[in-house]
Amino acid sequence: MRWNNLISVAAKEKIAFGALFFITLFILAPVVVVLWIIFKNGISAINWEFLTAMPKEGMRAGGIFPAIVGTLYLVVGATVCSLPLGILAAIYLSEYAKENALTRLINLAIVNLSGVPSVVYGLFGFSLFVVFLKFGASIVAGSLTLAIMNLPVIITSTRESLKAVPDYFREVGLSLGASRWQTVRHAVLPFALPGILTGTILSIARAAGETAPILFTVAAFYIPHLPHSVFDQAMALPYHLYIIATQIPNIPNSYRYGTALVLILMVLLMNLVAIIIRSKFRRKYKW
Amino acid sequence: MEHNVCFSVRDLDIRFGAVHALHRVSCDIARNGILGAIGPANSGKTTFLRALNRLNETQDNYRMSGSILLEGRDINKDFKPEGLRRRVGMIFALPMPLPLSIYENIAFGPRRQGINDKRRLDAAVEESLRSAFLWEEVKDRLKSAATKLSGGQQQRLCIARTLAVKPDVILFDEPCSGLDPISTAKVEESMVVLKKKYTIVLVTNNTKQAARVSDRVAFFLMGDLIEEDVTDRIFTSPKDKRTEDYIVGKFG
Amino acid sequence: MRRFKEFIIEKLVFLSGILVILFVCLIFVFLLKEGLSFFKDVKLSAFLLGKYWYPISEPPRFGILPLILGSLFVTLGAVLFAVPLSIGAAFYVAEIAPARIRDFLKTGIEILASIPSVVLGFVGMITLVPWIKAIFHVPTGLTALAGSIMLGFMAMPTIISISEDAITAVPRQYKEGSIALGATRWQTMYRVTIHAAKPGIIAACMLGVGRVIGETMAVMMITGNAAVIPRTFLQPVRTLTATIAAEMGEVVHGSAHYHALFSIGIILFLITFMINITADFFLHRVRTK
Repeated sequence: MRWNNLISVAAKEKIAFGALFFITLFILAPVVVVLWIIFKNGISAINWEFLTAMPKEGMRAGGIFPAIVGTLYLVVGATVCSLPLGILAAIYLSEYAKENALTRLINLAIVNLSGVPSVVYGLFGFSLFVVFLKFGASIVAGSLTLAIMNLPVIITSTRESLKAVPDYFREVGLSLGASRWQTVRHAVLPFALPGILTGTILSIARAAGETAPILFTVAAFYIPHLPHSVFDQAMALPYHLYIIATQIPNIPNSYRYGTALVLILMVLLMNLVAIIIRSKFRRKYKW
Repeated sequence: MEHNVCFSVRDLDIRFGAVHALHRVSCDIARNGILGAIGPANSGKTTFLRALNRLNETQDNYRMSGSILLEGRDINKDFKPEGLRRRVGMIFALPMPLPLSIYENIAFGPRRQGINDKRRLDAAVEESLRSAFLWEEVKDRLKSAATKLSGGQQQRLCIARTLAVKPDVILFDEPCSGLDPISTAKVEESMVVLKKKYTIVLVTNNTKQAARVSDRVAFFLMGDLIEEDVTDRIFTSPKDKRTEDYIVGKFG
Repeated sequence: MRRFKEFIIEKLVFLSGILVILFVCLIFVFLLKEGLSFFKDVKLSAFLLGKYWYPISEPPRFGILPLILGSLFVTLGAVLFAVPLSIGAAFYVAEIAPARIRDFLKTGIEILASIPSVVLGFVGMITLVPWIKAIFHVPTGLTALAGSIMLGFMAMPTIISISEDAITAVPRQYKEGSIALGATRWQTMYRVTIHAAKPGIIAACMLGVGRVIGETMAVMMITGNAAVIPRTFLQPVRTLTATIAAEMGEVVHGSAHYHALFSIGIILFLITFMINITADFFLHRVRTK
């Protein structure tokens, strides 16, 4: 009887573990399927002209060059604005802030910023940058909106990386007569850099794929030329995909898949770089 | 006697939040000698040590009263923390090289003082390594990672790194707690040589070590400085019963 | 000179910390600035409980009940679908999978998290939507169900990774104690570990919900966007986020409709604010334990 019981317990465990394995597989299988569908149907559309030409015939022919360029502009703009601010804020929180009400308030603000829906960022960007500051729908307005949206991601990952640097590094720095800032700059920051880099790249990848925040702040339906200044509207890859997928009938499907493929390759490439940096430095710095 | 005093500690009282770590401690620390601070865990000896270079300040809830004079100047009022720490160096319990090269570990202090001239740095690195008896062992691989050295070598590297800042005082916080007997002997040997040029305060859990290297010994217990005297007298005829109990190993 | 430079840098560092608070206030103020004037003409109750969203008819009607219910339907479906699966997967990744497979799975989950929502929406349009139409014999596959499934997948990375952290953070003594008493690993998981990790798992689910409610593009592309009060999952619905995204482009600046969209923004802001604060509270309990 007891023996019987034992078998059933062991069998239960086997069944449970098997079920959990299939659940995990079930979640990840669609990832492979999605990537495969896009790759299989999109690869035929990709050629030199598709990547470097202007759209033609109401976007039913030609290329997606201005959308690629627009996305690059936005991503660079957003990173330039959010990276210094995010890193400095994380340094404040990790290295300077004391346990007090102000710090709790800042943490609360970060939690809140990271939860604001992307479309609400779009509304905010529209009312502040486009209307109130009179930037109009422009690359500046879009970049700044994306930058604020990215800020909590950069702060959080940078702070984690700084906290992962052991306290004794700080004590050693101080004990060798370095000032507080010198200690942060020379005994902490260099060793947090791989983590900061990883987090930053992931946040850039996210910004590159975002559509809702740029809907009303920068994105143009169709512009037959590249933007001349940062106060111009621009096309962007994710918005372009949205447009050709839902608003324009009779586009060859390969164009849609091709656009999706370019977008996803951009995003995955950045993720890949981040993953490589992380695994490389995880081996190098062990403490 | 007066002109030979390096640190003069008066009524030093330290709290970390609700924890009362040190109770109105007063003592003088003589120049060019080794003061060994002994006592069981949580006796306040490390807190005392870290008060001497103001490293306790990194804790949020730290509060202190009383005064510490370094050659007549109040370390909490007349010094900037980094200025003080350049004169009062510290060696930690575990060898803690930064994950940089041997060379860069030692150049860390000088560089922070604005010395970037390669020849001056080279000279400082060599001199410090020689003083810490490490030069011969590492002179051919200054560019390799400091973390690849053995534990004993790492601790001597940390001593060299501190010497490169050119301090007057060196604080040792249980410097041999992670080392084997041979490495310990080497570190102790270097301490005895170093005291000719530097004032040394050594916190140790190892009473025998204090007996071997110290000129004077201070015994701490539960935040109080019980007594401080010449090493021989502490070990042969302590005034306080608790000191005697600790030394013969009744507790701690 | 150096001291002056450091002084400036340390002030900048402090200022950057403060700026984060300023941004949250800015967002809220600008939403209020554009949204509050709407309530001069329309009562809050009529806005929240009105059954009809006809913003451009004459006279316009601004009831967002169908939109709220639309969001609720889609979210509910996504949660029912995603939560059990995600917790299961989190356990598999954290406790069962061998180290090499674990890294592989985690990378897969990261990739799922990184696929842009517009791409998922697009793929959903051409795969999921026709499947639903064919399987359930409904006139259109653009339904709440499609949205729920898609959003479920989008919430999974959040729920899995935060739950996994919570599970890994359970002190090993708990688990070993249970094993020592003769429990199997599986019994330990569902009797001991899951209880110890509960606050973290709850926080993970809440953050997943926050993600689902705020999600815009995929939902707009596959739920059909019909602003009617939904009765089943096999009906088109329109969410709060999709309404803003779809109508903001064509709205007359300064009109009641324009202000109404910002009011929806305020509501979304408040909902996610509360969800995140609560989740943070639970996460904090994990850390202080």
